[in-house]
Amino acid sequence: MILSRLARSGGRSGPLLLAIGLVAALALPWMIYPPVALDIACWALFAAAVDLLLGFTGLLSFGHAAFWGGSAYCTGLIALHSGLPFPVAIVGGAAFAALLAVPIGYLSVRLTGIYFAMVTLAFAQMVYFIANQWRDVTGGENGLQGIPRELFGVDLSEPFYFYYAGLPFVLAGLFAAWRIVRSPFGRVLVSIRDNPARTRALGYPVDRYKLLAFVLSAGLSGLAGGLFAIGHGFASLEGVYWTTSGQAVMMVILGGIGTLWGGTIGAALVVQLQDYLATAGFQETGIVTGLIFIVIVLLFRRGIWGTARHLLDVRGRAASSGDTAPEPKEAVDTPA
Amino acid sequence: MGERPTETGSGAVLEAPVLKARGLVREFRGFRAVDGVDLDVAEGGVHALVGPNGAGKTTLFNLLTGFLKPTAGSVRLGEHELAGRSPESITRLGVARSFQITSLFAELTPRRHVELALASPTGLGWRFWRSDKALGRFSARAGELLDEAGLSGHADVPAGSLSYGSKRALELALALALDPKVLLLDEPTAGMGVEDVDRTIELVRRIRAGRTVVLVEHNMNVVASLADRVTVLQHGKVLVEGPYAEIRHDERVITAYLGDSHAAH
Repeated sequence: MILSRLARSGGRSGPLLLAIGLVAALALPWMIYPPVALDIACWALFAAAVDLLLGFTGLLSFGHAAFWGGSAYCTGLIALHSGLPFPVAIVGGAAFAALLAVPIGYLSVRLTGIYFAMVTLAFAQMVYFIANQWRDVTGGENGLQGIPRELFGVDLSEPFYFYYAGLPFVLAGLFAAWRIVRSPFGRVLVSIRDNPARTRALGYPVDRYKLLAFVLSAGLSGLAGGLFAIGHGFASLEGVYWTTSGQAVMMVILGGIGTLWGGTIGAALVVQLQDYLATAGFQETGIVTGLIFIVIVLLFRRGIWGTARHLLDVRGRAASSGDTAPEPKEAVDTPA
Repeated sequence: MGERPTETGSGAVLEAPVLKARGLVREFRGFRAVDGVDLDVAEGGVHALVGPNGAGKTTLFNLLTGFLKPTAGSVRLGEHELAGRSPESITRLGVARSFQITSLFAELTPRRHVELALASPTGLGWRFWRSDKALGRFSARAGELLDEAGLSGHADVPAGSLSYGSKRALELALALALDPKVLLLDEPTAGMGVEDVDRTIELVRRIRAGRTVVLVEHNMNVVASLADRVTVLQHGKVLVEGPYAEIRHDERVITAYLGDSHAAH
């Protein structure tokens, strides 16, 4: 029923989907375990940030753990040592991540494809090494613990309430990602992804555009990582480990590369599944998520959201050419 | 076939070459694709680069536009040295190029293509906080340029679905949208039927006003009807340079085009 409605509404389904998404975001901690709800929200933003690079700029970063985890440490340190309210700490962490992305991006955006992925991975491993060695600041293997999450004296340690305190950051981050993708800058990014030589010939400094995209993506990743650290009350080495980068990329691929919202579905699936398996006492969650990943990639080349959108597009085209005059149609979230 | 123009042309001294290459060399693993080329492109003229396949025309083109870095030599545009600059900075100095193999964004409409080109010098592309509707301010001008290129009926369909001739026309419209001082066209009629070739010749005639055009071209009819001056390349070197009327009777040129396979090696 909903599907056919969506199909008929064609290009105008945006507001409806947005409403559904918002209701789902608000209802989430009522439906599932609240800390897991917050994890999903954080990972959703992280995945959107990674998709900004992977899906809209054509750069596969395998080093975004540096920004997620780096921001987690920075956010934690601000919250622990300054006594500032947690939103300030998170914004500080995001700013730190964006700043960290400037030298890393500068040295890697000239490369493409697998070389870009490898170099970003190498930089992220350097960040991991520093976090592991610099015990005085990061706490080494113990990480930063007991990060406070109060706001002007209001205790938000109850995960259910903290979810609603953190959600605005995620929504703001997702809005920013959407705005970037649908901006003049986003148009140039997609042009770079599709045909870098032509974009250069039009006079666009491609490497500098990629660098800004990298920094923006890192800042949004930092926003997500900082919120994650506050939400859990700790920042650990796991956040800067390469598996974190890999998990974000996996969520984007599951949901659909270049869909922006697809990563949200990927995040919900992976986080929920990991929680389910861990609760059931099954430790090797990687095997199960890996298997599901393989199945989805083999069955749905476009990812979950990408495939759904494609099917809606096809149905919508059939519906609109059937009864009414054909109208120019655009997919919900591709900047075309 | 009596007179043979020398390599410096038939004695005419070029006034104020707008684009000047000296001793341009490009090596690929020891193979010299461009081997010491001097080139003077006069302001306001149409200058054709011709030569058999593998003569180094497209490599020379890529050296002039920054898509390849020269192994040695210099390229000057007015007082600017172009060798070593990036393609985008050369574009911003007023040198626009088209591509031999059509190079477009398949999913974008021609109007969006031209909007992107028109927005390029304005810096609007950096505004990541604005709606992409802001690019609509270039829509009217884009429409004019597409009309000029004969694409008015196809402004809003994906470029991937255009006919081959229309894609080539869009290439020209894009180069034109950059309002360049020097326009470099890499085989603008490659693979075209007779009608499209005629249309392209007309179009180039119209857009050359107030600009300098450098043209790589195989089709001698196109060269004859457009070029003021012709440089013939062979084996990466300048074989002959001069007005078309002179070089077409030059024995070396005829050998290069027809007899080379028998004569050499």
